[in-house]
Amino acid sequence: MANTYTLIEAKTLGSAVSSVTFSSIPSTYTDLLLKVSVRSSTTNDWIGLYFNGSTANVSGRIIQGTGSGVSSSTSNPAIQAILSDSSSFTASTFGNAEVYIPNYTSNNAKSFSIDTVTENNAATAYMQLLAGLWNPATQAAITSITLVASSGDMAINSTFYLYGISNS
Amino acid sequence: MPTKLIINCETGEQTEVELTAEEIAQREADAKAYEAEKKAQEVIAASKAKAKEALLDKLGITAEEAELLLS
Repeated sequence: MANTYTLIEAKTLGSAVSSVTFSSIPSTYTDLLLKVSVRSSTTNDWIGLYFNGSTANVSGRIIQGTGSGVSSSTSNPAIQAILSDSSSFTASTFGNAEVYIPNYTSNNAKSFSIDTVTENNAATAYMQLLAGLWNPATQAAITSITLVASSGDMAINSTFYLYGISNS
Repeated sequence: MPTKLIINCETGEQTEVELTAEEIAQREADAKAYEAEKKAQEVIAASKAKAKEALLDKLGITAEEAELLLS
Protein backbone atom coordinates (compact mmCIF):
# COMPACT_ATOMS: atom_id res chain seq x y z
CA MET A 1 0.00 0.00 0.00
CA ALA A 2 1.53 3.27 -1.09
CA ASN A 3 2.01 5.70 1.75
CA THR A 4 4.58 8.20 0.52
CA TYR A 5 4.46 10.63 -2.37
CA THR A 6 7.59 12.49 -3.43
CA LEU A 7 7.56 15.15 -6.10
CA ILE A 8 10.33 14.22 -8.53
CA GLU A 9 9.88 17.05 -11.03
CA ALA A 10 7.27 19.65 -11.96
CA LYS A 11 6.94 21.81 -15.03
CA THR A 12 4.62 24.55 -16.22
CA LEU A 13 5.18 25.29 -19.89
CA GLY A 14 6.44 28.80 -20.55
CA SER A 15 6.37 28.19 -24.28
CA ALA A 16 4.51 25.72 -26.48
CA VAL A 17 6.32 22.45 -27.18
CA SER A 18 5.35 19.33 -29.09
CA SER A 19 6.65 16.90 -26.48
CA VAL A 20 7.80 16.71 -22.88
CA THR A 21 10.19 14.02 -21.65
CA PHE A 22 11.06 13.20 -18.06
CA SER A 23 14.46 11.54 -18.36
CA SER A 24 16.80 9.86 -15.86
CA ILE A 25 13.91 8.91 -13.59
CA PRO A 26 15.41 7.53 -10.38
CA SER A 27 14.71 3.87 -9.63
CA THR A 28 14.30 4.45 -5.90
CA TYR A 29 10.51 4.35 -5.75
CA THR A 30 7.92 1.59 -6.06
CA ASP A 31 5.44 3.29 -8.40
CA LEU A 32 5.20 6.47 -10.48
CA LEU A 33 2.32 8.90 -10.69
CA LEU A 34 2.15 11.57 -13.39
CA LYS A 35 -0.40 14.34 -13.15
CA VAL A 36 -0.97 16.34 -16.32
CA SER A 37 -3.05 19.36 -17.24
CA VAL A 38 -2.76 20.12 -20.92
CA ARG A 39 -4.24 22.17 -23.72
CA SER A 40 -3.38 21.91 -27.40
CA SER A 41 -2.48 24.74 -29.72
CA THR A 42 -4.45 23.04 -32.52
CA THR A 43 -7.69 21.08 -32.82
CA ASN A 44 -5.74 17.98 -31.81
CA ASP A 45 -7.17 16.51 -28.61
CA TRP A 46 -4.79 13.61 -27.98
CA ILE A 47 -1.49 13.32 -26.20
CA GLY A 48 0.51 10.14 -26.68
CA LEU A 49 2.64 8.56 -23.96
CA TYR A 50 5.55 6.16 -24.21
CA PHE A 51 8.47 4.89 -22.17
CA ASN A 52 12.24 4.81 -22.65
CA GLY A 53 12.04 6.52 -26.04
CA SER A 54 10.21 3.69 -27.78
CA THR A 55 6.74 3.96 -29.33
CA ALA A 56 6.69 0.22 -30.02
CA ASN A 57 5.26 -2.71 -28.02
CA VAL A 58 2.69 -0.64 -26.20
CA SER A 59 -1.02 -1.41 -26.30
CA GLY A 60 -4.16 -0.25 -24.59
CA ARG A 61 -7.87 -0.55 -24.18
CA ILE A 62 -10.07 2.49 -23.68
CA ILE A 63 -13.55 3.08 -22.35
CA GLN A 64 -14.86 6.53 -23.09
CA GLY A 65 -17.88 8.68 -22.31
CA THR A 66 -18.80 11.74 -24.35
CA GLY A 67 -21.74 13.10 -22.39
CA SER A 68 -24.14 11.53 -24.86
CA GLY A 69 -22.76 8.03 -25.34
CA VAL A 70 -20.16 5.49 -24.32
CA SER A 71 -17.77 3.36 -26.33
CA SER A 72 -14.74 1.15 -25.93
CA SER A 73 -11.90 0.53 -28.31
CA THR A 74 -8.31 -0.60 -28.58
CA SER A 75 -5.76 2.18 -28.65
CA ASN A 76 -2.13 2.85 -29.25
CA PRO A 77 -1.18 4.81 -26.13
CA ALA A 78 1.91 6.14 -27.89
CA ILE A 79 -0.52 8.30 -29.88
CA GLN A 80 -3.77 8.24 -27.94
CA ALA A 81 -3.37 8.20 -24.16
CA ILE A 82 -4.30 11.52 -22.57
CA LEU A 83 -7.17 13.81 -23.46
CA SER A 84 -6.12 17.37 -24.16
CA ASP A 85 -8.44 20.33 -24.50
CA SER A 86 -8.22 21.25 -28.15
CA SER A 87 -8.02 24.87 -29.30
CA SER A 88 -11.73 24.70 -30.17
CA PHE A 89 -12.67 24.08 -26.53
CA THR A 90 -13.60 26.87 -24.11
CA ALA A 91 -10.68 29.30 -23.78
CA SER A 92 -8.25 28.77 -20.90
CA THR A 93 -9.55 25.31 -20.07
CA PHE A 94 -7.32 22.25 -19.92
CA GLY A 95 -7.68 18.49 -20.17
CA ASN A 96 -6.51 16.62 -17.07
CA ALA A 97 -5.03 13.20 -16.48
CA GLU A 98 -3.51 10.93 -13.89
CA VAL A 99 -1.15 8.25 -15.12
CA TYR A 100 -0.31 5.50 -12.63
CA ILE A 101 2.59 3.16 -13.28
CA PRO A 102 3.07 0.45 -10.66
CA ASN A 103 6.33 -1.52 -10.33
CA TYR A 104 8.11 0.62 -12.93
CA THR A 105 11.51 -0.88 -12.15
CA SER A 106 10.50 -4.51 -12.58
CA ASN A 107 11.89 -6.78 -15.27
CA ASN A 108 8.42 -7.73 -16.44
CA ALA A 109 5.90 -6.06 -18.74
CA LYS A 110 4.71 -2.76 -17.27
CA SER A 111 1.03 -2.09 -16.82
CA PHE A 112 -0.29 1.43 -16.44
CA SER A 113 -3.66 3.12 -16.09
CA ILE A 114 -4.83 6.55 -17.12
CA ASP A 115 -7.85 8.45 -15.89
CA THR A 116 -8.38 11.49 -18.10
CA VAL A 117 -11.04 14.11 -18.80
CA THR A 118 -11.57 17.23 -20.88
CA GLU A 119 -13.17 20.43 -19.70
CA ASN A 120 -15.49 22.27 -22.06
CA ASN A 121 -18.37 24.66 -21.53
CA ALA A 122 -20.42 22.90 -24.21
CA ALA A 123 -22.46 19.75 -24.76
CA THR A 124 -19.43 17.70 -25.77
CA ALA A 125 -16.74 16.78 -23.29
CA TYR A 126 -14.91 13.52 -22.81
CA MET A 127 -13.90 11.22 -20.00
CA GLN A 128 -11.81 8.15 -20.49
CA LEU A 129 -10.18 5.28 -18.67
CA LEU A 130 -7.27 3.51 -20.30
CA ALA A 131 -5.64 0.23 -19.32
CA GLY A 132 -2.22 -0.02 -20.94
CA LEU A 133 0.67 -2.42 -21.21
CA TRP A 134 4.25 -1.83 -22.30
CA ASN A 135 5.85 -5.12 -23.20
CA PRO A 136 9.21 -4.64 -24.95
CA ALA A 137 11.24 -7.59 -26.22
CA THR A 138 13.90 -6.80 -23.64
CA GLN A 139 12.36 -5.82 -20.32
CA ALA A 140 13.85 -2.86 -18.49
CA ALA A 141 13.03 -0.39 -15.77
CA ILE A 142 11.24 2.73 -16.93
CA THR A 143 13.80 5.53 -16.92
CA SER A 144 12.01 8.03 -19.13
CA ILE A 145 8.44 9.03 -19.92
CA THR A 146 7.56 11.03 -23.01
CA LEU A 147 4.32 12.86 -23.67
CA VAL A 148 3.80 13.93 -27.24
CA ALA A 149 1.05 15.93 -28.93
CA SER A 150 -0.34 13.88 -31.80
CA SER A 151 -0.17 17.06 -33.87
CA GLY A 152 0.70 20.68 -33.14
CA ASP A 153 1.95 21.72 -29.71
CA MET A 154 1.01 21.56 -26.07
CA ALA A 155 0.07 25.11 -25.10
CA ILE A 156 1.63 27.51 -22.61
CA ASN A 157 0.58 26.90 -18.99
CA SER A 158 0.13 23.17 -19.50
CA THR A 159 1.48 21.52 -16.34
CA PHE A 160 3.25 18.24 -15.59
CA TYR A 161 3.97 16.77 -12.15
CA LEU A 162 5.86 13.51 -11.72
CA TYR A 163 5.70 11.80 -8.32
CA GLY A 164 7.54 8.81 -6.97
CA ILE A 165 5.54 6.59 -4.64
CA SER A 166 7.11 4.28 -2.11
CA ASN A 167 5.41 1.49 -0.26
CA SER A 168 7.30 2.10 2.94
CA MET B 1 10.04 23.82 -36.27
CA PRO B 2 8.41 21.83 -33.42
CA THR B 3 10.44 21.53 -30.25
CA LYS B 4 10.69 19.05 -27.40
CA LEU B 5 11.35 19.71 -23.75
CA ILE B 6 13.57 17.30 -21.84
CA ILE B 7 13.55 17.39 -18.05
CA ASN B 8 16.40 15.51 -16.43
CA CYS B 9 15.04 14.15 -13.15
CA GLU B 10 18.50 13.59 -11.69
CA THR B 11 19.92 17.04 -12.27
CA GLY B 12 16.76 19.11 -12.71
CA GLU B 13 18.23 20.46 -15.95
CA GLN B 14 15.62 21.40 -18.58
CA THR B 15 16.51 21.66 -22.25
CA GLU B 16 14.34 22.57 -25.21
CA VAL B 17 15.54 21.38 -28.59
CA GLU B 18 14.08 21.14 -32.07
CA LEU B 19 12.74 17.78 -33.21
CA THR B 20 14.98 15.99 -35.66
CA ALA B 21 13.71 15.15 -39.15
CA GLU B 22 13.48 11.50 -38.05
CA GLU B 23 11.38 12.39 -35.02
CA ILE B 24 9.04 14.50 -37.13
CA ALA B 25 8.71 11.68 -39.66
CA GLN B 26 8.05 9.16 -36.87
CA ARG B 27 5.39 11.39 -35.37
CA GLU B 28 3.66 11.77 -38.73
CA ALA B 29 3.88 8.04 -39.41
CA ASP B 30 2.43 7.26 -35.95
CA ALA B 31 -0.46 9.67 -36.52
CA LYS B 32 -1.18 8.15 -39.95
CA ALA B 33 -1.06 4.63 -38.51
CA TYR B 34 -3.46 5.65 -35.78
CA GLU B 35 -5.89 7.18 -38.29
CA ALA B 36 -5.76 4.04 -40.43
CA GLU B 37 -6.37 1.81 -37.40
CA LYS B 38 -9.25 4.02 -36.25
CA LYS B 39 -10.87 3.84 -39.69
CA ALA B 40 -10.45 0.05 -39.77
CA GLN B 41 -12.15 -0.24 -36.37
CA GLU B 42 -15.00 1.97 -37.56
CA VAL B 43 -15.50 -0.29 -40.59
CA ILE B 44 -15.57 -3.39 -38.37
CA ALA B 45 -18.04 -1.74 -35.96
CA ALA B 46 -20.31 -0.66 -38.83
CA SER B 47 -20.19 -4.13 -40.34
CA LYS B 48 -21.10 -5.74 -37.00
CA ALA B 49 -23.98 -3.32 -36.48
CA LYS B 50 -25.30 -4.09 -39.96
CA ALA B 51 -25.06 -7.85 -39.39
CA LYS B 52 -26.82 -7.49 -36.03
CA GLU B 53 -29.63 -5.48 -37.60
CA ALA B 54 -30.05 -8.07 -40.36
CA LEU B 55 -30.22 -10.89 -37.82
CA LEU B 56 -32.83 -9.07 -35.73
CA ASP B 57 -34.89 -8.51 -38.89
CA LYS B 58 -34.59 -12.20 -39.77
CA LEU B 59 -35.73 -13.20 -36.27
CA GLY B 60 -38.46 -10.57 -36.27
CA ILE B 61 -37.54 -9.18 -32.85
CA THR B 62 -36.23 -5.86 -31.55
CA ALA B 63 -32.85 -5.24 -29.95
CA GLU B 64 -34.58 -4.86 -26.56
CA GLU B 65 -36.28 -8.22 -27.00
CA ALA B 66 -32.99 -9.84 -27.95
CA GLU B 67 -31.40 -8.35 -24.84
CA LEU B 68 -34.23 -9.79 -22.75
CA LEU B 69 -33.66 -13.23 -24.26
CA LEU B 70 -29.98 -13.10 -23.35
CA SER B 71 -30.45 -11.76 -19.82
